[in-house]
Amino acid sequence: MADGGSGKGVGARLPRKEDDRFLRGKGRFVADIRIPGMREVAFLRGPIAHARIGAITVPEAHRAAVFTASDLTDVAPIRAYSGLKGFRRSDQPVLATGKVRHVGEAVAMIVAATRAEAEDIAGLIDIAWEPLPALVDMAEARATTTRVHEEWPDNIVLETFVDDDLSDIAATAPIVIRRSLRTARQCMSPIEGRGVVAEWDGRLDQLVMWSSAQMPHITRSGLSECLGLDHGQIRVISPDVGGGFGYKGILLPEEVALGWLARRIGAPVRWIEDRFEQLSANANCREHAYELTAYADGEGTLLALDCEAMVDAGAYSSYPFSACLEAAQIASILPGPYRFGRYRCRTFSVATNKPPILPYRGVARTGVCYAIETVMDAIAEATGIDIETVRQRNLVRSEEMPYTNVTNKVFDSGDYPEALRRAAAALDIPTLRAQQASETGPVRTGVGLSIFCEQGAHGTAVYHGWGIPMVPGHEQAQARLTPDGVLELRIGAHSHGQGMETSLAQVAHTILGINPAAVRLVHGDTALTPYSTGTWGSRSAVMSGGAVAAACETLAKRIAAIGAHLLQAEAGSVRVEDGSVVAPGGASVTLREVAHTWYRAPQLLPRDVDPAGLDVTAGYKPLSDGGTFSYAAHACAVTVDTETGFVTLGRYVIAEDGGVCLNPMIVDGQVLGGTAQGIGTALYEEMPYDGEAQPLAASLADYLLPGAGEIPRIAIEHMETPSPLTRFGQKGIGESGAIGPPAAIANAVNDALRPLGARVDALPITPRRILEALARAGR
Amino acid sequence: MKAAAFDLVRPRTVADALAALADGARPLAGGQSLGPMLNFRLATPERLADIRTLAALRAHAETDDTITWGAAVTHAEVEDGRVPDPTGGTLRAIAGHIAYRAVRNRGTVGGSLAHADPAADWISALTALGGSVRIAGPEGEREEALTGWMSGAFATQLAEGELLLSVTIPRPRPGARLAYRKLCRKEGEFAMAIAAVLDDPARAIRRVVVGATDGAPIIAEGADAGPRAHAAIDAWPGEAWKARLLHVSLDRALGDIAA
Repeated sequence: MADGGSGKGVGARLPRKEDDRFLRGKGRFVADIRIPGMREVAFLRGPIAHARIGAITVPEAHRAAVFTASDLTDVAPIRAYSGLKGFRRSDQPVLATGKVRHVGEAVAMIVAATRAEAEDIAGLIDIAWEPLPALVDMAEARATTTRVHEEWPDNIVLETFVDDDLSDIAATAPIVIRRSLRTARQCMSPIEGRGVVAEWDGRLDQLVMWSSAQMPHITRSGLSECLGLDHGQIRVISPDVGGGFGYKGILLPEEVALGWLARRIGAPVRWIEDRFEQLSANANCREHAYELTAYADGEGTLLALDCEAMVDAGAYSSYPFSACLEAAQIASILPGPYRFGRYRCRTFSVATNKPPILPYRGVARTGVCYAIETVMDAIAEATGIDIETVRQRNLVRSEEMPYTNVTNKVFDSGDYPEALRRAAAALDIPTLRAQQASETGPVRTGVGLSIFCEQGAHGTAVYHGWGIPMVPGHEQAQARLTPDGVLELRIGAHSHGQGMETSLAQVAHTILGINPAAVRLVHGDTALTPYSTGTWGSRSAVMSGGAVAAACETLAKRIAAIGAHLLQAEAGSVRVEDGSVVAPGGASVTLREVAHTWYRAPQLLPRDVDPAGLDVTAGYKPLSDGGTFSYAAHACAVTVDTETGFVTLGRYVIAEDGGVCLNPMIVDGQVLGGTAQGIGTALYEEMPYDGEAQPLAASLADYLLPGAGEIPRIAIEHMETPSPLTRFGQKGIGESGAIGPPAAIANAVNDALRPLGARVDALPITPRRILEALARAGR
Repeated sequence: MKAAAFDLVRPRTVADALAALADGARPLAGGQSLGPMLNFRLATPERLADIRTLAALRAHAETDDTITWGAAVTHAEVEDGRVPDPTGGTLRAIAGHIAYRAVRNRGTVGGSLAHADPAADWISALTALGGSVRIAGPEGEREEALTGWMSGAFATQLAEGELLLSVTIPRPRPGARLAYRKLCRKEGEFAMAIAAVLDDPARAIRRVVVGATDGAPIIAEGADAGPRAHAAIDAWPGEAWKARLLHVSLDRALGDIAA
């Protein structure tokens, strides 16, 4: 559409520019960085989930190589407080202080010539542990007298309550549904783990840190707070980053520790997280429990929903999203894309002796979609209405847009029923139902649907409401025409799989007509880019896309003024197109000539030229802070081998609407990658803990991730309802794919099990859970 | 994590290798199990003897009745048909589903038998075929039948200082069938249940091996080997859902034989 026919602008399926270096192995990641004299760091991590730290004995020969909390006296703990009423504050020490609160918490930092030697030294350190009872289950943690944080009266980080008196409905509703659901604790698993290289630059009096981070400006703010350095004394660089997913938005204690260490020892240092650390100590996410009661009428209309939800928040409040975001989001987004008017929801964020829970792609949406879509299938079962119709009767309709739902979310635009209709039609449910009717053997077919909307690019008002350390404001971008006519774009967000080096070049092309190949995107360096909260929350296409457009529009005006002068045309009469300034008669000068004039031949400039030149900083916000609402319907078929409990995914269809796609091919990639992760949540990924809160999946042999062989062919149907709030009508869609699969797959598996009287109410749906459900049903 | 420091020696002959083992070295073949254990520091040997290129361990041989693979033959070499397959393709197929190709490129048959992970493939498949291993040690060479090889998880008849040289597999006679079923949650993972059944009427052999039992495999022989293996699973102390998987894999393997 806005592409203008060149095939390179907004809306074009332009191949990703950045893939050239990635596919040739020319990317540069933190672990590729080598600095002369660089030393390596290993962390000695607590082997016990909950214990007081007694004497720490370091062999005399290694004293200088080992640092503990008693050395980091000038370092403040990580503080991620929420302003929500009742939020209990806790500090996350950079190195464990007094006691450890989860397995894997860093107790000592060891620096040596190599990582192996640092680990050798770690093995020589003796710590006198005084074990304390470990809190492994969030329900038990609510009942016990043991405290994760001694100064708290209990282990509740935050309780939220959306109240409504549902007794009138409870007394009269013909259908009452009750479900208890659990989702597993997972570990985010980007291909590249975290990693830090830190160096103190004496000339600039500045800490320079390369970090595998998706929000480098926020990392800098966090480092500033912990290290007592002003922002100017810290430069954070995120080079190529091999996947973020939320994990790399977190300020890690390891980052703070290395920042301190580089200055202390006067040598560059690095720590590269290994898979053991990522799995056992760091990347935890997703663990929810729901007690749901739903009331419906005989026609399948959901009348009211009553929920008590718990989130296992782990031991600490991570920076900047805090320990409350997950549960507080459950309360606000559980109603999903549905229009019911009565709602009560109480949530508890519970501290346990497990690593802090971190926001993973989709954050709470993956869990709540599973919860509400389970309710929809239960209503369908109770009423005998088919699974598509029962949802159609409850979805917000297109003519109601913009729609304010029961939790005051304002859905900006879209046609939710149409997305569901398309996904269901493409799945061909009647044929699958006929197949099911003919099945008598051990292999059973199941059909599952899910539909959700995804708030993206939500801004100031929303995050001010959470009261966490990070509140996004105007997103800024810089557009600079270089002396030879190349366009440099600088954004404070970071691209680590989102293809922004391409899609933002397409935005610039749409405004300036400049060839995307002549556009360079500078990102991931706090010294070179404007402040930004970064890439998270499905926001960069909207926020950085809007900011780049705004900067390019201002730049276009300045280019036009110079170009008109060179063309001896009226300033208002020229157009900027195809990389040139064109006068009404057809005469033109190229952007390169305009740039040359500004930088190299200023004697040719008009007397009244804008002295700000060809370097523009512009800010952008959508028309509302409430965010865009992309949405998608997932429809899938599964077969369940009821002898083994093995699930095979069959046809999988997604109908999605991300508004105007800057680059639909990149959007497809985002949806497919997210869906693969959602399949992991549905069927494979689980970090089990034993009764002492020891993590039991310490390698990828035990923590199962879906591989290429486990991902079916996924068909995507695009809809394109422009957002009325954003520059091009684009909506945030980066997290979308990860949200829908657990609900759709769980519903499909339970559909297959229904004739056998069995049901699984927990994720992931493993052979064990299916076989145990069948055994409970006497099968 | 990184491995603790160790010395690496590269013996040229079996005799040199045995001398290295006598000197406290631990044999390193493909390193696909030992490597992670070194990195996790679950194993901290002072010395490793790289036996992967020993000519005697890389060889293979055939007679009218048997084929022999050197212990350092890789899974990939079996998969690719670079060594003879006495089953006419079943062992190649089994090899092709061991872990991932990157693992198969380096992992060895002998290493798998010596490591004796209960959920590994060769332990069950080659035991069903009546295989035996040849072992060299300070006292000379000896032969061990695989049916008595494992005494528990990661525990075998291989003693300290001994080296597994080769595995010899009797050729099934015409008309014989080998069925092999394993249940994995995803491609490349260790099995949750394994059943291997050899039915060789000409030799009057019917042998059932049930693997992935968290210990030594269940082995039953004779005409009623199937029912006796099922009974052994019933007596197995593991969880009910896992026992169910063992039963199912056995039923399916027996079904393949009957088909």
